[in-house]
Order: sequence, then C-alpha cells, then structure tokens
Amino acid sequence: MTGFLLRRLGGAVLVLLALTVVLYAVFYVAPGDVAQIACGPRCSPAQVAQVTEQLRLDDPVYVQYAHFLQGIVAGRDFSTGTGAEHCAMPCLGVSYQSDQQVTQLILAKLPVTGSLVIGAFAGWLVLGVGTGVLSAWRRGRLTERVLTWLTLAGSATPVFVIGLLLIILFCSTLQWLPAPSYVPFTEDPEQWAWGLLLPWTSLALIESAKYARLTRSAMLETLAEDHVRTFRAYGVGERAVIGRHALRGAVAPVIALSALDFGTMFGGAVLTESLFGIPGIGRELVHAVKVVDLPVVVGMVLVTGFFVVLANAVADLLYALADRRVALS
Amino acid sequence: MSEALLVQEAGAAPAVAPASGARSFWRRLRAQRAASAAALVVLLLVLTALAAPLLTALAGQDPNTYHPDLVDSAAGGVPIGSFGGVSGEHWLGVEPQTGRDLFARIVYGARVSLGVALVATALQIALGLVIGLAAALGSRWLDQLLGRITDINVALPVMVIALALLAIVPAAFPRPVLIALVIGGIGWSGMSKIVRAQALTLKSLDFVAAARLSGRGTWSVARRELLPSLAAPVITYAALAFPTNIIVEAALSFLGVGIKPPTPSWGQMLTEADTWYQAAPTYLLIPAGLLFVTVLALTVLGEGVRTALDPRAASRLRVGTRTGGKEESA
Repeated sequence: MTGFLLRRLGGAVLVLLALTVVLYAVFYVAPGDVAQIACGPRCSPAQVAQVTEQLRLDDPVYVQYAHFLQGIVAGRDFSTGTGAEHCAMPCLGVSYQSDQQVTQLILAKLPVTGSLVIGAFAGWLVLGVGTGVLSAWRRGRLTERVLTWLTLAGSATPVFVIGLLLIILFCSTLQWLPAPSYVPFTEDPEQWAWGLLLPWTSLALIESAKYARLTRSAMLETLAEDHVRTFRAYGVGERAVIGRHALRGAVAPVIALSALDFGTMFGGAVLTESLFGIPGIGRELVHAVKVVDLPVVVGMVLVTGFFVVLANAVADLLYALADRRVALS
Repeated sequence: MSEALLVQEAGAAPAVAPASGARSFWRRLRAQRAASAAALVVLLLVLTALAAPLLTALAGQDPNTYHPDLVDSAAGGVPIGSFGGVSGEHWLGVEPQTGRDLFARIVYGARVSLGVALVATALQIALGLVIGLAAALGSRWLDQLLGRITDINVALPVMVIALALLAIVPAAFPRPVLIALVIGGIGWSGMSKIVRAQALTLKSLDFVAAARLSGRGTWSVARRELLPSLAAPVITYAALAFPTNIIVEAALSFLGVGIKPPTPSWGQMLTEADTWYQAAPTYLLIPAGLLFVTVLALTVLGEGVRTALDPRAASRLRVGTRTGGKEESA
C-alpha cells in the first residue's frame, strides 16, 4: 500500500512538473511578444521594458523557465521600479494590471469558490445518489422512466440556462429570494447561505444527473451478481438488498467521480460564478482572460491543474482503499 | 456529459462489432422510438443550419440588418409589439435595442453551434484515434510518452484551458474556427484512452496477429484490421461527445470569450438576453429552449446509437446482467 501511495504521488508530481513546462512554453514562449501581452495593451514602452526585465525575457528560454519554476518551489524576488518585492513560495508571478501577486489573488478567492463548491457538492451528492437509488429500486416501472428522462434533461441543460431560469423565477417573478450575491461566511452566515442558495441549486441540479446515472448503473451491476441472488434466495427483502448490498457497489465509483469533480471545480466553477456574480476563482479567470492578464491566467490554469491532479491521486487512493486489488496492479 | 462518464459508456461498446453491418444498425436504431424522434429533430436542425441563407431569404430578412424603427428607443430599446415584436416579416420577433431579425440570427446561430461542435468532435476523434493507436501499436517508450501527455491533458479541464488559450490568440484569428480547434485540440484524451485499450485487446486476437505475421506494416494493419473493429466505440463516443461540445461552445460564447458579434451564436445571445428577460422574455427563451432541445435530441440519439451498436447494453441494463466496465468510471 505504501509503495502504491509513493508511486502514485511521484507520478502526480511529475505530471505537475510537466504541466509547468507545457504552460510556460504555450503562454510565455509561443506568443512571441510576451512582455507586451503580459503587461496589457495599455502599457507604455517603459513599463514593457520593466516587464521584460522582471520576467528575464532577454535570457535564454530555459533560464526564464528556471526562474519561473524557482518562484513556484522556493519563491523569487521581483524588481519593481523602486526596489525589490519578494514573492514567497509558491510564487505564480505578479499581475501587471492590478500589481497584485497571483498567489495572493488566488488565495483570496479560494474561500469564495470553496463556499460554492462545498454547498453544491452536498446537494448533488444527495440528489444524484438518491435519484440513482430510487431508479435502481423501481427499475422497469414508471418511476424509473420518469427519472431517466429527468436525468437526461439535466445532462442536456447547460448550468447557465438553468441558472438564468431560476433567477428569473425566484428573484424576479416570484420575488421570493434576493438577487444572488456573495457575503463571506465570517461576516454573516445567514446572508451567506441565502446568497448562495440559487448557485448551489443550479450546480447541484446539473451535476446530480451524472451521479444518478453512475449510481443506477453501478447498482444494477451489483444486483446482477451471484451473491445478491444468493441473498434473495435466503429471503433477504428487496429493501435490504438495495440499501445494504447494491448501494455498496456504487460507493467506490461515486467517491472517485466526486473527487474528480471536486478538483475540477476548485479550479473555478467558471460558468456558475460568472452567471451569479460570485467573485471566485472562475470569475477572476474570465476577467483575466478578457483583459489579457497573462500571469494571472497562467497561475489559475496551474492551480486548476494542481487541484485536478491532486483529486485524481486522492480518487485512486480511495479506490485502492475500497478495493485492495487496485493497489497491486 | 463528463469525460469520465463518456469513457465509461463508449468504452463499454464491444471492440469487435457483431458481424451485422450497417443495415442492422439502422434497423436497431429505428426500433427505438425515442432515438428515432431525436434523429428527426436532429435532421431538422441540420437542415435548418444548412439552409440558413435560403430560409432567411424566404423570410426576407438577414441576421445583421438593424431595424431601429422596430424597437421603442424611449423605453430603452424594447421591441415594439407582442412576443418581442413577432410579425409577418419577423417570425420570431426582433432583438432588443438593435431590432435585428431574431429568426435570421437563430438560424445562423444554428450553423455556428452545430458547425463548431462538428469540427471539434471530428478533431477530437481524429487525434484520439491517432494517439490511441500509436500508443497501442508503437514501442513501449512511445506508449509511456503518450501516456504522460494524456495525463497532462487530463489535468486541464476543457473550460479552463480553452478560456486561457483564448487570451493569447490574436484577435484576427476567425473565432468559430478557433473555438472548434481549441475544443477539439484539448478534448482528445477520452477517445485516445478507449482506442488504446480496445486496440491492445484486439492486438492479441488471432486475425490481427495473422495480419502482422504476414509481414504487413503497422499502419496497414491498423487501418485495415483494427479500424473497422474500432468503429463501434468510436461512433458511440462521437455521438455522445457532440452534444457536450455544443454546450462548451455555448458556454464560451456565453462568457463573452467565444463567438464574437456580429456572428450570431446561441450562447452569446443568452449573455445579452440576461438583461432583457423582463421586457422581452422570448429573446431569452428561444435560444435557451433551442439549446436545450438540440443537446437533448443529440444526447438521446447518442444513447440510441450506443444501444444499436451494442444491443446487449440495453438488455443488460433492463434485465440487469451487466458486467464489467466498472473500473473505467474512475
């Protein structure tokens, strides 16, 4: 088990390292006029010259990259007009448009995205697994057909469409809810929850479709196995067969998919955040893309990659814990 | 649909298709009522997209002409008339503020949505096939290298990396082409994983071994022996990836980094519709509804294709004798 863990983590670190190379090549080498792009369209030649110096763009590419990597693993110093600014590890660079360090920027947004993802996650897990269990239990009946179509409809709806409709229905037409807004949990927990209710609901509705499908098919798979037939032959009731045995078969795949989704969304639930105006990582990324704030864009992609790779490793680990045979292969 | 699920569902189709051919595939597809209805809807949409210039000519409109006389500028640009200004000339009403014909923009928007998704899917499949086959048939070293590249690809969620790439590409690059290239160019890892796994299985079968032993080149074997057998999983994957790509394009355009005006796109219409839903609800509901219907029809059709190519899948699920494929869901 320890060997498996070490190998898996080693692999994850290598992927991340490769990711920094790829991102550096794509975003800092390929475009050519990097200083101008990174600095933004409104930069004066003097500012561009300063960026060129900061990013050491006059050095050979591998030296530039070495500094980029050094910033991430050990921190680095940036010369500003007046002196040197230290950027502590993990340093993802400095935004030339807001003069903020990218790492600080992302850290400040993390609790916002976290609030959104955690609440939505609870929702889609309950809703998705519940729907899956129900349709596996009522298989072949009307309930299952209805749920199957609902699930299909859910997977065919983009999150921004359902979100828009929910805003119109609950905020404008019925006026049951205030317009969605983000209030930090530490400031006012009640406002925090009310402001996030619609984003949570939209995200949970859309995501739960996937989980319903997965749960249902995993449960049907287990129900077909010999040991379940044996239980039935012994007179174990349908409720116990579904609740105790079939559900067990769905646990591992649901955990694995959850870990992946969790990782992806921490890199920014881009659409949900943009639609509802939640100032999280995803919305910041869209903003950075629109104003071409290169260091922020690259930093965000790298952080997303980090979360996904981490989540993948955790998913594998959970899988191995659930089924020891995985660790041996 | 998420990639993990896509891989699971498409990967479940048997690598060696039953020796039945196209005719029985169509029969099995037609036998499914929902899939047939979905196919009809898709056909209609495709025809609409293809015939966009014809249809708009028939309506006597074009997507980019402003009609300032049809909106009430005193009320901020709300279309004059009921249902967003529906009339004999403007079948679906007009766009708020500009007064552009909504029917024409919707029809041309269908071209963009379907066209971008089609090119993106084709690119995904082509890249996935080449990379998957190369990994399965090439040297061990190549397999390792491609495996790591796939790992990196998996670490980058399509939405995030597509957004990021759009930041550095010069504005002069034609947007629809760019979006298709970006979605297709980064979304190949699911396909390549399936192809690699299936090709490795096929490689060990007698007919492939015989072809290899007869001294034919690797690519000849891949093309003549493996590709026909890979058809089922590849077609299934394509059919299920297509609606996903429509959503991605709509999402990027919705965020304002995809298709740029004046080119119409359903996702982009929704961004603007957001602020108009009270005064002109149809401006929001029409693109939203079409997006929903298109993706739903394509998904149902995709499911139908999967069932038709792997008849056991349906009966397995119904009777509940399904086995295998669980490990793919990670």
